Amino acid sequence: MGGKLFKNFSFFSATISFFILIGIFSILFTYAQDSIREFGFDFLGSEVWEADEDDEEIGIFGGFIPIIGTLLSTLIAMAIATPLAMGIAIFLTEIAHKTLVKPVSIAIELLAAIPSIIYGMWGLFYLAPIIQSTFGGQGVGLLTAGVVLAIMIIPFMAAITRDSMNTVPDVLKESAYAMGATKFEVIKDVIMPYSKGGIIGSIILALGRALGETMAVAFLIGSVMSIPSNITDPTTSIPVLLANNFSEAMGLEMSSMYYLALVLFVVSLAIISVAKFYFLRQKVK
Amino acid sequence: MSNLIMETKDFNFTYAGVDDPSLKNINLPIEKNKITAMIGPSGCGKSTLLRAMNRIHDLYPGNKYEGEINLYGAKGKENILDLKKENDLISLRQQVGMIFQKPTPFPMSIYDNVAYGMKLAGVKNKSELDGRVEKALKDAAIWNETKDRMNTSALGMSGGQQQRLCIARAVALKPEVMLFDEPTSALDPISTGAIEELIAELKKDVSVVIVTHNMQQASRLSDYTAFMYLGDMVEYDKTDTIFMNPNEKLTEDYITGRFG
Ligand SMILES: Nc1ncnc2c1ncn2[C@@H]1O[C@H](COP(=O)(O)OP(=O)(O)OP(=O)(O)O)[C@@H](O)[C@H]1O
Ligand SMILES: [Mg+2]
Repeated sequence: MGGKLFKNFSFFSATISFFILIGIFSILFTYAQDSIREFGFDFLGSEVWEADEDDEEIGIFGGFIPIIGTLLSTLIAMAIATPLAMGIAIFLTEIAHKTLVKPVSIAIELLAAIPSIIYGMWGLFYLAPIIQSTFGGQGVGLLTAGVVLAIMIIPFMAAITRDSMNTVPDVLKESAYAMGATKFEVIKDVIMPYSKGGIIGSIILALGRALGETMAVAFLIGSVMSIPSNITDPTTSIPVLLANNFSEAMGLEMSSMYYLALVLFVVSLAIISVAKFYFLRQKVK
Repeated sequence: MSNLIMETKDFNFTYAGVDDPSLKNINLPIEKNKITAMIGPSGCGKSTLLRAMNRIHDLYPGNKYEGEINLYGAKGKENILDLKKENDLISLRQQVGMIFQKPTPFPMSIYDNVAYGMKLAGVKNKSELDGRVEKALKDAAIWNETKDRMNTSALGMSGGQQQRLCIARAVALKPEVMLFDEPTSALDPISTGAIEELIAELKKDVSVVIVTHNMQQASRLSDYTAFMYLGDMVEYDKTDTIFMNPNEKLTEDYITGRFG
């Protein structure tokens, strides 16, 4: 009786989440219609974002700059975060003394729980000046946004990678040592390949998170509609553009913002699906 | 007369964070090119002793060894408890191989599994590797089952095949001694038979120490048997003597199943 109720309930929830997904997609798609009809796929490659001077309802809108800004800031973040997160995970599972593992793990989980606006403020007031004096530029820009994004996703990536490295059975490691392997060789030849699924999954989930991050990036990327020619240049990203312009935009601009949101939605969903695929495969093994 | 490859002398072992030693005053000779079986009830210290013989306990900090474990290898007599440097431990583990209760294929191809230890040892020559991989797989009696799938993942093999692959992997290093910790307890009777045959075959080239809970296996396979109880070595003798005419009442009770 209870079992049946529970089963129905789970089925209901699963169905609901599926419909919510479909619902979001159709709403984005519907509102983006005007822009899609007007600009088609050229939207993705066009750099102009200008409302008509006389009629704010129309204008020329292209998504290239925020799309590029999103991709570049995410790329910088991933390039910094991936090796560091792997290093932390390896340190925690294979190198650190037992007494150190617990506090460091807790610290990492706490870092993952800090609201992103705090990272944004810290990045603006503390990191931006450092980056400016080291690399030049104006403080805010792609690099600053990328670095703070990296710091935000490292804990998350490190925690998932650590969990997946912890699933490597002790006897498997022992048998590699018993063949005369060093610690480094065990990490490289046994632990990394064995936890490959989890590692790739963590990278992809972190990627999804970096792509959609709004608050921290809004503080740090500069929020200007220009193509960065330098890594320290300010630019904008999809979530930041949406957050900044949503209250004032109307007509075709509004529709173009839905178009951008649709692009982000589809990309994120695709990434999460790939991650799920990897995680599922790992469980089967 | 006696021809030792290894021996433990007044050996004590204490796990990290435990007050009392788990092994007390163990004196066990390991004869060259013979099979020595270790038997005894669960928790008596068989695995602990076996894992001291290749110093695999060192992977976990804080364990304490006392006494001597001598290896009479190519370099002559050497107390392996004196080894400190990582390189010396690696060379010890190349001389003293180990097979675990569950098969432990690495997440790589069949070929790479067998070649792994040799590559670690610095063998780079492709034709030498090929030759030794083939020989090891033949020695482990799985060449016929593997020769057409050398590049497929070892994880796709059956449990019994995986265990023989692990034996091949260890044999490929040409060790002096091989330690088996209940190598067949996770396998079906047919695979068990195959592994037993293989171990009997191996003693031409290596000296074998095998831990087992299976009395038939110990009596069929081994030349010498050691009976352990609660961290003590109760009795060690020729297998026939231990099974037909043991000195100690405790040994007899254990072997005849009148225990507890
Ligand atoms: N890592 C450890 N830390 C502390 N004590 C341990 C550890 N591993 C084993 N022991 C203890 O050491 C004793 C011997 O254990 P061991 O695993 O060697 O027994 P065994 O004879 O191999 O038993 P089995 O037949 O069940 O495999 C047991 O009392 C066990 O509880
Ligand atoms: Mg045991």
